[in-house]
Amino acid sequence: MAELAHMVDVYVMGRHYRVPQGLTILTALEYCGYRVVRGCGCRAGFCGACATVYNFRNDAQLRYDLACQKTVEQDMYLVQIPFFPALKAIYDVDRLEPSGEQVLALYPDIVKCYGCNTCTKSCPQELETMWFMSDALRGDIRQVAVKSFDCVMCGLCAARCPQGLVPYNVALLCRRLYGHYLAPVSQHLEDRIAEIRAGKFDAEMDKLKKMGRGDLRRLYDQREIEPA
Amino acid sequence: MYPAHMEESIRKVEATRGRRLQETLRRLSSDEKEPLLREHHPDFIAGKMRQLAVGPNKGEYTPSELADLLEGNSRIDPDKIDLGRVDHDLDVLVIGGGGAGATAAVLAKQSGATVLLATKLRLGDANTVGAQAGTQAADRPNDSPLMHYLDTMGGGHFDNIPELVEALVKDAPEVIRWLETLGVNWDKNPDGSMHELSGGGASRLRLHSARDYTGLEEMRVLRDEVRNQGIRHLEFSPAVELLLDGRGHAAGAVLVNLETNELTVVRAKAVVMATGGAGRLHIQGFPTTNHYGATADGLVLAYRAGAQIIFLDTMQYHPTGAVYPMQILGQLVTEKVRTLGAQLVNAEGGQFIMSLEPRDVVAAAIIRECQGRGKGIATPAGQVGVWLDSPMIDMIRGEGSIARELPAMVRQFGRFGIDIVKEPMLVYPTLHYQNGGIRISADGSTSVAGLYAAGECGGGVHGRNRLIGNSTLDIFVFGRRAGKAAAEWSRKAAPGALSLDHVRRWQKGLEQAGLAGSRPVSPLLLPDYARPMADFLPDSARRSLPVQRVKLT
Repeated sequence: MAELAHMVDVYVMGRHYRVPQGLTILTALEYCGYRVVRGCGCRAGFCGACATVYNFRNDAQLRYDLACQKTVEQDMYLVQIPFFPALKAIYDVDRLEPSGEQVLALYPDIVKCYGCNTCTKSCPQELETMWFMSDALRGDIRQVAVKSFDCVMCGLCAARCPQGLVPYNVALLCRRLYGHYLAPVSQHLEDRIAEIRAGKFDAEMDKLKKMGRGDLRRLYDQREIEPA
Repeated sequence: MYPAHMEESIRKVEATRGRRLQETLRRLSSDEKEPLLREHHPDFIAGKMRQLAVGPNKGEYTPSELADLLEGNSRIDPDKIDLGRVDHDLDVLVIGGGGAGATAAVLAKQSGATVLLATKLRLGDANTVGAQAGTQAADRPNDSPLMHYLDTMGGGHFDNIPELVEALVKDAPEVIRWLETLGVNWDKNPDGSMHELSGGGASRLRLHSARDYTGLEEMRVLRDEVRNQGIRHLEFSPAVELLLDGRGHAAGAVLVNLETNELTVVRAKAVVMATGGAGRLHIQGFPTTNHYGATADGLVLAYRAGAQIIFLDTMQYHPTGAVYPMQILGQLVTEKVRTLGAQLVNAEGGQFIMSLEPRDVVAAAIIRECQGRGKGIATPAGQVGVWLDSPMIDMIRGEGSIARELPAMVRQFGRFGIDIVKEPMLVYPTLHYQNGGIRISADGSTSVAGLYAAGECGGGVHGRNRLIGNSTLDIFVFGRRAGKAAAEWSRKAAPGALSLDHVRRWQKGLEQAGLAGSRPVSPLLLPDYARPMADFLPDSARRSLPVQRVKLT
């Protein structure tokens, strides 16, 4: 393993270790013998379970990332965040209004945002968190949905907000409002659901279900394929 | 940023790109696919499968890594557990907090049942969040559930259980609308029509996506809905055994707190198993796309309780796992990259397979190209792969298409200095999906009364190979059906006294077969990736360790 020839110095919860270059924060912890239970999920950058903060031996500035995606660097101070409490509004998505007033009613604290931009700087997905929070305040639900779409809900924004706001949950509410109330209706979807309910495909389906393997295979090999 | 020798190979890929843009390889017939699979797909390598020596599927083959766990020793001694002290008593227990489990819990609750959801990690930590490409549903005018049926049967080599496939394809459009009503944001055209893409083995464009974060979007919404509905859920609390009553009906489960080892006894009139897949067993040493907890726990528990399993001699190796850089080895490069037009290309810049064949066929072709023909590209760490020529996408679909359709992939490779808009990705098959599972009927019921299964741990719907976009469909179709059916069953069920006699019988069976001493403790719960430290334990102490380490590569 040529890439593993070099070792780097890291500090796991303050304790010094030498680990092979090229490991991620998560695999470096495991290399040091730690078996992670909390703070590890999909191991591929999608679930937000391994949100982490780190800094360097001679640089106290905190940085933020996902432990499964960030490669270790010389003199890093590492830790896993097992859990962070965050407020979530409880609602019935069928009984809401897709409006700024609605968002404000469920998350009244969002008016306390004073624009420090710490949430944006702490986002491992590099989303424009503060900007979608101001879209939420203005009631621009669609913009919140668009700008927050790649959110993995790791919660680092909420962990770092000096006002105790929960941008990732506010954004989730807005995306659900958008999907439920504001996205344009798919007529072809409605039509197909009605056709299936009316039994339009039932007779043909029964035929297919009873068809022998050889006939089914012929039909399959001869089927016409729509160009991608 | 690739090393110099890989950059050299990329120059060859670039040199043939113009020609390849005009070149469409023909699809293979069923007769051509069979020898390719037999010679190069990992399922067909002799000596990697083993016959099960005990249990309901005794005599059938499964990968030895899974056989070890299915034949495993229980983690609990029934004589040390007081079943008279019940901690939770309710109608429906859902085991697993991914897409299928969350869906089953919501539907069971809406059907009037009292519900507890128990999950091993956090609610939503599951393979669902890693599903990128989309969800199939035949809802466009030139498509139909019949075509979806035929594609699914063909992809599964016609071994799929027809009633399950019928349920899958007929429920699909309804599922898409149900998810939208819950608040899922589908990719749509301005007129509201769905923006749909093709997929390997699909004869129509029917893949519904949410950028390349489809499963994440679905899971975010379902997890929120579980919370909004006030459904009780216990995190870091996997089941370690099912509970049955005297008649062998499902009656609850024993859970363990992963952090404290505290046991919890749950009595339930029905149980829905939704524990997902088995990628973390690293079958045949493959890396995996699966989440940390994908260790086949539900299969083990259901098997021990007497449930039939099906198609466990076939695993899905996703054709395109990342090979470089090593930090993301085995992680998913979504099939959407190919549905958008990227071709698979060897070291010399040549195509070798039509890239939208079903997954088992494409995986076998990549393995043939690398192992059989020596036309792969080696990384400095010694891995081999072929190129997935992503820059083609913007040439076919216009500049900005990659950024718009594949933000997760752009981000993932961008972190390591690789711009997939300009340079291809190096890929090789990675362990992705358990094609089979606990055999279910169309309502999610299993061969154990009162036990239901949904999602990846269920089996039969995908036959011997699942198609793209049918897994995120499966979790909702069968999650909904199992949740409803379990709630219905719970209204009539009158379970007798809780019992672990099946575990006692199981242990006796293992001893009679001479296996008890050589098999690990199961379910596995979590893989062990911590670097082993010097072992200083006396043998007497090692025997009493609660967790037996299972060797993983």
